[in-house]
Amino acid sequence: MSRIGVFICHCGENIGRTVDCAQVAQAMGELPGVVHSVDYKYMCSDPGQALIKQAIKEHNLDGVVVGACSPHMHEKTFRKAAAAAGLNPYLCEMANIREHCSWIHEDRAEATEKAKGLVRFIVEKIKYNRPLSNIFIPVNRRALVIGGGIAGIQAALDIADGGREVILVEKESSIGGHMSQLSETFPTLDCSQCILTPRMVEVAQHPRIKLLAYSEVESVDGYIGNFEVKIRQKARSIDVSKCNGCGECTKNCPNKKIPSEFEQGLGFRTAIYVPFPQAVPNIPVLDRDNCALFKGRAKGVKKQVCGKCATVCGRRAIDFDQQDSFITEKVGAIIVATGYQLYWIGKEQESEILHGYGEYGYGTIPDVIDGLQFERLASASGPTGGKILRPSDGKEPKKIVFLQCIGSRDRAKGMEYCSKICCMYVAKHTMLYHHKVHDGKAIVFYMDIRAGGKGYDEFVRRAIEESHALYLRGRVSSLTRNGDTIRVQGVDTLSGEPVSIDADMVVLATAMRPQPGITSLAQKLSVSYDLHGFLNEAHPKLRPVETNTAGIFVAGACQAPRDIPDSVAMASATASKVLGLFSNEQLEREPLIARVDRQTCTGCFHCERVCPYGAVERFEVKDRKGNLIKVIAEVNQGVCQGCGTCQATCPSKSIELDGFTDEQIFAAVNAL
Amino acid sequence: MSTSSQPLALSAGTPHNRSLSAQILDVTGLDPARCYQCGKCSAGCPMASEMDLKTHEIIRLLQLDMRERLLASESIWMCLTCETCTTRCPNVFDPAAVIDALREIVLRENPGLVPRRISAFHSAFLDQIRANGRVFEFGLVASYKLRSGALFADVDSVPGMLARGKLALAPRRIEAIQDIRRIFEQCAMERPR
Repeated sequence: MSRIGVFICHCGENIGRTVDCAQVAQAMGELPGVVHSVDYKYMCSDPGQALIKQAIKEHNLDGVVVGACSPHMHEKTFRKAAAAAGLNPYLCEMANIREHCSWIHEDRAEATEKAKGLVRFIVEKIKYNRPLSNIFIPVNRRALVIGGGIAGIQAALDIADGGREVILVEKESSIGGHMSQLSETFPTLDCSQCILTPRMVEVAQHPRIKLLAYSEVESVDGYIGNFEVKIRQKARSIDVSKCNGCGECTKNCPNKKIPSEFEQGLGFRTAIYVPFPQAVPNIPVLDRDNCALFKGRAKGVKKQVCGKCATVCGRRAIDFDQQDSFITEKVGAIIVATGYQLYWIGKEQESEILHGYGEYGYGTIPDVIDGLQFERLASASGPTGGKILRPSDGKEPKKIVFLQCIGSRDRAKGMEYCSKICCMYVAKHTMLYHHKVHDGKAIVFYMDIRAGGKGYDEFVRRAIEESHALYLRGRVSSLTRNGDTIRVQGVDTLSGEPVSIDADMVVLATAMRPQPGITSLAQKLSVSYDLHGFLNEAHPKLRPVETNTAGIFVAGACQAPRDIPDSVAMASATASKVLGLFSNEQLEREPLIARVDRQTCTGCFHCERVCPYGAVERFEVKDRKGNLIKVIAEVNQGVCQGCGTCQATCPSKSIELDGFTDEQIFAAVNAL
Repeated sequence: MSTSSQPLALSAGTPHNRSLSAQILDVTGLDPARCYQCGKCSAGCPMASEMDLKTHEIIRLLQLDMRERLLASESIWMCLTCETCTTRCPNVFDPAAVIDALREIVLRENPGLVPRRISAFHSAFLDQIRANGRVFEFGLVASYKLRSGALFADVDSVPGMLARGKLALAPRRIEAIQDIRRIFEQCAMERPR
């Protein structure tokens, strides 16, 4: 016979206004098995919890039902109280008579009846609850960081400095990301390379960071504390152990006219190349698509067409036959920091929801460039040596027009969000332009100036007041060729004046989008993403760097448009989360997971097919001599999330979810 | 603000140091680029309903260097110099001083642009001060009407003003009238019109 205590909470007026709590408590007291039933103003308060503790002792309760708010809110509170009084915490349950009843009903009599039903439901269920104890799973205290931009670098360094090993995977041949392409950074105008490259070197030299550049994550298995990650090391065509980065191969490569990705197509590189002089690791990569030797091989030419790089390499490091290789790493936590790409205004878009800008010529008008291209023009190490020159004819533009919100905040083009960083970098661009072209005029078309951040608005005001950038409020209607200038048609909505400008150069502040391939990576990691491919955080305010998959974290612009300070702050936040996780040798978790009855399981593995988390494993039952008797299902306690799909599927009723067994659910349903 | 038929062609590309803004900066020490067009000046302006260009619009046209529109605008003459705009400006800008500077520029460069009635009123007002050291309302009204030609405007308010003692029949000159005259002489020497 059960000895159940029922506690009905008024939640101040929240429940009491609509539900007659005293009546509910009285009705519950009459149920068989209930030995104690009371109502109280605030059950979650200290005196409320004391009521529960006292009743457990006085009435020797073996089950506690609290009719109150959602279990999301206070289940932990009440289970802790029950445990403090010596009751197994899983013998304490909540009935939700607030969100599910008082908040959504008006009729007091009917709401009271419904509340009685909801509490009775749990009373009948709890009669079949069993005491459960928490599960402990081991933690592999190494971290994987995906992406070697500023966010990934920061996260890796923080974790490594915290004493844990880090594997940093970067798909390009050098770490540094977009920040290495920037000229100067807002709002202080400090040189991007000067603050970034020391951090890159630190990564390369850190004894606890294993840097895997030119590599990509192939697959991810496992769960928090116990991930197994397969990493593809793409073939560089160079033996990394032999190469000393002397640069002879790049100097002698005859193919020197390949548009450089690092220079955003404004400069050239060779087929065997390092993307930029400060690259880390400083090891070249051979671009096989553009290499004469590989082109020759593809055509079936018997004789080796080129091979100059191999001839000049004193260390014999060039390996034309190198293949992709795979390594497997075991880690306890993963940080995703894959960053962003810029939207392109061209006609062909990579997704159906995106559209190009026909009104701006779909990217075919010369001297209409994007923000990253301007960064390269303004960069002292860029293709023009830091001079602002038009790509078409190398002339210095005397009138330059910057357009903000290109793609961003534009539902017609498929990106209704604000890209957040453009207002600031456009202001920076006008300043850099003013510093370099004294007699030039910078004109900015903007919709709003979003300069929230320390020193940000002051920075924009400096661009306007000191660098005399002319800010016109409005979107530009069209860009058209007009001789060797670009006709910019717009309106200044502040004055209502239509504006027509013949600009020498136009810079588009195009929208930030997540990296290509983000969705396939997200699927490998079981991390959800939004319509645009930005990864979803677990909670927009309270869990901003966690994801809904335990042990996987997000930092930087892969989660939403972010500037450098934000990305770095997020990266440090993920590092602190990971170090916190790694401060435990074992992880404790709730035991509300599926359990297999080894006696009755027939090994049909329907459960394995339906499990969304891949938590079902195969277990071999053997006799004493080691002969295989049968193969049955087993639940990985670290992976199972307790969704119950297996329980609903199992034909022999051999798999059950602890805390929600068939017995419990049937008892509850029958009570209604 | 009315829009002109021709789009604003920023192609003329007046260098910043030769713009109207630069002139204002010379006279007042204030750079119109400072204004961020919040509109608080116009919101508090008691004359806003009478102006074709509101205070913030005047500053905006300055930023766009629309010289002709600005200097021909009646609004700069409507300003009462109450300085509510200046007092309330969040950017510590001084629209009243800018408007005053604009008037000076018009007077110096193209006095013909001053609207006749406004010019008439100012002259009538200054005549009164020069003669009496204060305003003699009856004389002011008479002088303004003769100068502007608006002989019968507002005559219906005369009985009321007389009844309430707002219109004295004879001027009362201040004692230190000589000081006032010296001020006028000095101004005339410094800024010949």
